[in-house]
Amino acid sequence: MSTDAPAPVKKVNRLNLDVSSYRGSKTTLCAGCGHNAISERIIDAFFEMGVDPKRVLKLSGIGCSSKSPAYFLNPSHGFNSVHGRMPSVATGAMLANQGMLAIGVSGDGDSGAIGIGQFVHSMRRNLPLIYIIEDNGCYGLTKGQFSPTADLGSKAKNGVVNDLPPIDMCALAIELGASFVARSFSGDKKQLLSILKAAIAHRGTSMIDVISPCVTFNDHEGSTKSYAYVKDHEEPLGEVSFVPFFEDISVDYEPGSTTQVKMHDGSHLMLRKLTDDYNPSDKITAMRLLHETLRRGEFATGVIYIEPDKDDFLTSLNLVPEPLAFLPTERVRPPKAVLDQLMDALR
Amino acid sequence: MSSSLPATEPQRTQASSHVTNDFSIQVATVNGSGSQTANLVLLRSIFQMGVPVSGKNLFPSNIAGLPTWYTIRANHRGYIARKKEIDFLVAMNPETAKDDVMALEPGRAVVYDEPLKLNALRTDLVFYPVPFDKIVAEVCSEAKLRRLVKNMIYDGILSELLSIDLAEMEKALTRQLGKKPKALALNLAALEAGKKYAAEHLPKQDPYRVAPLDKTSGQILVEGNAAAAMGCMFAGVTVVAWYPITPSSSLPESLISYMRKYRMDKETGKATFAIVQAEDEIASLGMVVGAGWAGARAMTSTSGPGISLMSEFAGLSYYAELPAVVFDIQRVGPSTGLPTRTAQGDILFAALNSHGDTRHVLLLPASVSECFDMSMAAFDLAEQLQTTIFVLSDLDLGMNTWMSESFTYPEKPLDRGKVLDEAKLRQLGAAWGRYKDVDGDGVPWRSLPGTGAPAYFTRGSGHNEMALYSEKPDDYVKNVDRLARKFDTAKTLVPQPIVQTEPDAKVGIIAYGTSHWAIEESRDQLREESGIQTSYLRLRAYPFTPAVDDFIRRHDRIYVVEQNRDGQMASLLRMDLEAALVPKLRSVLHYNGLPIDARSVTDGILAQEKVG
Repeated sequence: MSTDAPAPVKKVNRLNLDVSSYRGSKTTLCAGCGHNAISERIIDAFFEMGVDPKRVLKLSGIGCSSKSPAYFLNPSHGFNSVHGRMPSVATGAMLANQGMLAIGVSGDGDSGAIGIGQFVHSMRRNLPLIYIIEDNGCYGLTKGQFSPTADLGSKAKNGVVNDLPPIDMCALAIELGASFVARSFSGDKKQLLSILKAAIAHRGTSMIDVISPCVTFNDHEGSTKSYAYVKDHEEPLGEVSFVPFFEDISVDYEPGSTTQVKMHDGSHLMLRKLTDDYNPSDKITAMRLLHETLRRGEFATGVIYIEPDKDDFLTSLNLVPEPLAFLPTERVRPPKAVLDQLMDALR
Repeated sequence: MSSSLPATEPQRTQASSHVTNDFSIQVATVNGSGSQTANLVLLRSIFQMGVPVSGKNLFPSNIAGLPTWYTIRANHRGYIARKKEIDFLVAMNPETAKDDVMALEPGRAVVYDEPLKLNALRTDLVFYPVPFDKIVAEVCSEAKLRRLVKNMIYDGILSELLSIDLAEMEKALTRQLGKKPKALALNLAALEAGKKYAAEHLPKQDPYRVAPLDKTSGQILVEGNAAAAMGCMFAGVTVVAWYPITPSSSLPESLISYMRKYRMDKETGKATFAIVQAEDEIASLGMVVGAGWAGARAMTSTSGPGISLMSEFAGLSYYAELPAVVFDIQRVGPSTGLPTRTAQGDILFAALNSHGDTRHVLLLPASVSECFDMSMAAFDLAEQLQTTIFVLSDLDLGMNTWMSESFTYPEKPLDRGKVLDEAKLRQLGAAWGRYKDVDGDGVPWRSLPGTGAPAYFTRGSGHNEMALYSEKPDDYVKNVDRLARKFDTAKTLVPQPIVQTEPDAKVGIIAYGTSHWAIEESRDQLREESGIQTSYLRLRAYPFTPAVDDFIRRHDRIYVVEQNRDGQMASLLRMDLEAALVPKLRSVLHYNGLPIDARSVTDGILAQEKVG
């Protein structure tokens, strides 16, 4: 046996692509920004799931969060749209080509303030879309103003105290009809990765609120979205693991300790319970959890609600299976006989 | 404005002589009283007699209980603009009856509900009292239906008084109610009862009558919004997002019914389209822009308030170069304005819609057939130019019923614009950049997601020709200058104006959209009454093409006629014309919410011609 170290074999996924096919351009966000960690996890999730990047649409609104689609999946078409309007652009794009897999990245201001109308209605439609809110409780690009998810009593860097209650985007999403709702923390690599992979496997809206500290404007003492505060107050619902449809379930779980959810594409989501007997398929349980953890000043993280078989928006439209965008003329322009018939009826 | 009777009015030497096929009827009712069926039967029966006709509904922003007027004009010369004067009034609304009667010119006729005693108001009109309640009670035993059936009585009365063939009325009624035998029978009885009452009790005292002509054969009657919807369907639209607003809603609603009938896949029964009622107009255009980005032919339809909300996406579409088709069925603004009244008030706002330097392509249909044709043109242009195309219709065109030649089936294949495919990519190779002008026309090649073509990152922020983020001064200037060049290319693609030049004319008229119908008639008035020859250019699109400059150059004075207060198209012309031509422009404006009429145009031009 040779003592020379073997040449490192590039790890490839089931499409024979290595991770470089999933990387994006160099980030221009601040060093240490939670959003960069989220971009890394997105790269890992799409790589490990073996998704063809040519089949992915990346969309965003405006803000620090919304810059990030440029920092992952370069081979995918991307669209950094206008403030708070990512959901409508994503809806249109998916209507045009339902064969795509859309991931939208938004922020707490983008979705919770200026774009809350579109947020509300996209959740209600259950459009197939991975909807990530990179949630730092403040407006970074405009230098640190409070956003609607800033906690009551949270203190800004300039000493201003937020005196309005926060909007819980997860509670809102569950109430409105999203079929996969999760909360995670940009610093929790393992959990976030599993949640993202499950979101890729899910058909319907996967709304993931990721607490993502702003190192420049909201990482100080008194902030409830700082790394230190979130680490101290994160309350994971359990261990989240994910087994994609193309891998065998090899782990045995002690009966009763784990909720196993079969996803749309045949993958399995394993939710190992740590504390209470939490049922993520029950809306009322989910809402109670969110209210109770909020009252304690804590963040419940993990998959909060899941309804894997709910009809999604595109299914409800009864579309032909081919992308509408590419239907040939003869399928979208009725023959002359139809015009003749219409004209006759008007004579 | 002159109140004297115009000379193109029917010539009458004495009260007993006939005025045939040249008069207007106004039916004054309460909205929600079900008069629409009766009014359409009236309109259609005159049309079926071969007489050119137009119908205009002047209605309130209300569900039920407020005054509404339906005006029908019959004209043997084919004039279908609104006629300012009412010749024959049907006064069914107690609330407005007095005002309606007092507004008439002497010698006009009034059919009215007997208890209103309108004959006491004036001595210089012809009055026909009709006991509507009594007649309707005899034909309709169900009291709750009487309010609706009552309307058909006045159709019967008019059939007798105006010599409108009862058989044509019955045919028109059957066409509308044919699927509801009970309602049809009831209404047919009412029609006959009305005619019978008039024959027995109302000796003819007014001069107006309809006589068969041969000027509508082969023609259709349709609303502009329905015509535009048909155009969208034949244009191959696949994604529609909209939000309800008067007077636009009937466009997407017509489209829904056409598409559900003609655009379901025959084998699978599945839809070859998606129509989404969005949460607001912002989301509507957002969905359209998203769909256009992903390669679909996508559209929305709205009115002024919706355009206000769509401005941010219109700007994004311009700058990120994404196709979209936006119908603006204009109504009276600003703000909520007069939601059920017509205007051409969104010209400047649409042309420049967005912050920053922005220019949009406008299409300006004047007729229902242009609503059809320009819908198809709009989708081609949107993809050829990769930008938003505004189709500026208005309430008058969109919601009223217009006579037209049958529409022509499009023989031209769909033009999907410059979309990168493998062959093009091989040819361009490394030279491809999403915003790179390889053809010199300012129009770059775009790649569509899901086709395997190289991706690019779309953004409304600064970008260079490789679609990379850039704040570099040179990149910005290069990009927006190319967009200006692209707008020049648009001039070669948009519908050209229609020009009618009179050899000796010193006066030129420029108009667009529904003003056209008043112009046609006004030019005859100017020539016949005042001996003024006029040339006419009808704009059909913005940007202006060189033909517009030529036309202005060839005339001493140019009257820009439009339906807004500020002379918006004239302003746009002043921005774009060579400076020497600008002093020739004058405005004739009509902006009271009613469709423009010829007399107002003629008076407006004469007033300025007299000043010199």
